[in-house]
Amino acid sequence: MKIAVIVFPGSNCDRDMAVAVEAISGHKPIMIWHRETELPKLDLAILPGGFSYGDYLRSGAMAAHSPVMREIKARADQGLPVLGICNGFQILTEAGMLPGVLMRNRGLKFIHRPVTTRVENHQSVFTRGYQAGQVVTIPIAHADGNYFAAADVLDRIEGEGRVAFRYCDDTGAVTDESNPNGSARNIAGILNETKTVLGYMPHPERVIEPLLGGSDGRALFESLIGALS
Amino acid sequence: MKVKVHVTLKPGVLDPQGTAIGHALGSLGFAGASNVRQGKYIELDLAETDPKVARETAKAMCEKLLANTVIENYAIDLA
Repeated sequence: MKIAVIVFPGSNCDRDMAVAVEAISGHKPIMIWHRETELPKLDLAILPGGFSYGDYLRSGAMAAHSPVMREIKARADQGLPVLGICNGFQILTEAGMLPGVLMRNRGLKFIHRPVTTRVENHQSVFTRGYQAGQVVTIPIAHADGNYFAAADVLDRIEGEGRVAFRYCDDTGAVTDESNPNGSARNIAGILNETKTVLGYMPHPERVIEPLLGGSDGRALFESLIGALS
Repeated sequence: MKVKVHVTLKPGVLDPQGTAIGHALGSLGFAGASNVRQGKYIELDLAETDPKVARETAKAMCEKLLANTVIENYAIDLA
């Protein structure tokens, strides 16, 4: 199984991601620098969290135009699963691979704490290891996680079952109090049309064993590895 | 020619930074300031003398990179 973690200048969750992927899949991922224009044959590409290009202009805006992204886009169009976590999600929206945009948090502050999100679609390659409606506790760490899209776009992605996760309280209720950043309709993660690209603001790679404070992130990687093998 | 681009949030898009600036102005005693909206100003030199071509190029720059048209409008000035 060939898994790539794409590294941009300013990525800072790339090594955590590599550790999580290797721990769960047993395969060491290849780290690919953003300047690469050719990719080997891949089963999965991951855009990790961080602050690519120092968040210049807009979070993810510069990285979205990195040389490697042309190839990632082309592969995704052919069906390659692509996972974008946090800054990776921001890059996917800026690259036009996912709709909408991640704006400054409504409270303006950088927020880093565990949050609860509810699994809205448990049938994608990313989420099939979770139960429908399962509430998972996974940390966020971002200043720009406030998901926004026009109302008609939101209606469309909801109608197509492309909302993968929503911020919720401990019981799974989707409330304004449990929305950490002001995201439209509490959206924490969305899928593309073919459900082979996922953008998700929380960091599942940080919670893959109880010693690290939880293991709710494991099922996401297990879903992928199960689907790909 | 000099290209000057103003990027602003579309009406209706929440601008928490603008709101915070508005609150700060109020606490500094500037009464009567409301609807504060924050944007970006970008300027650059373009090796092009035809204003029509320059405007087209600047427009492409805005669409591709300088603005995110999901949430932002842009205005181009040439000088």
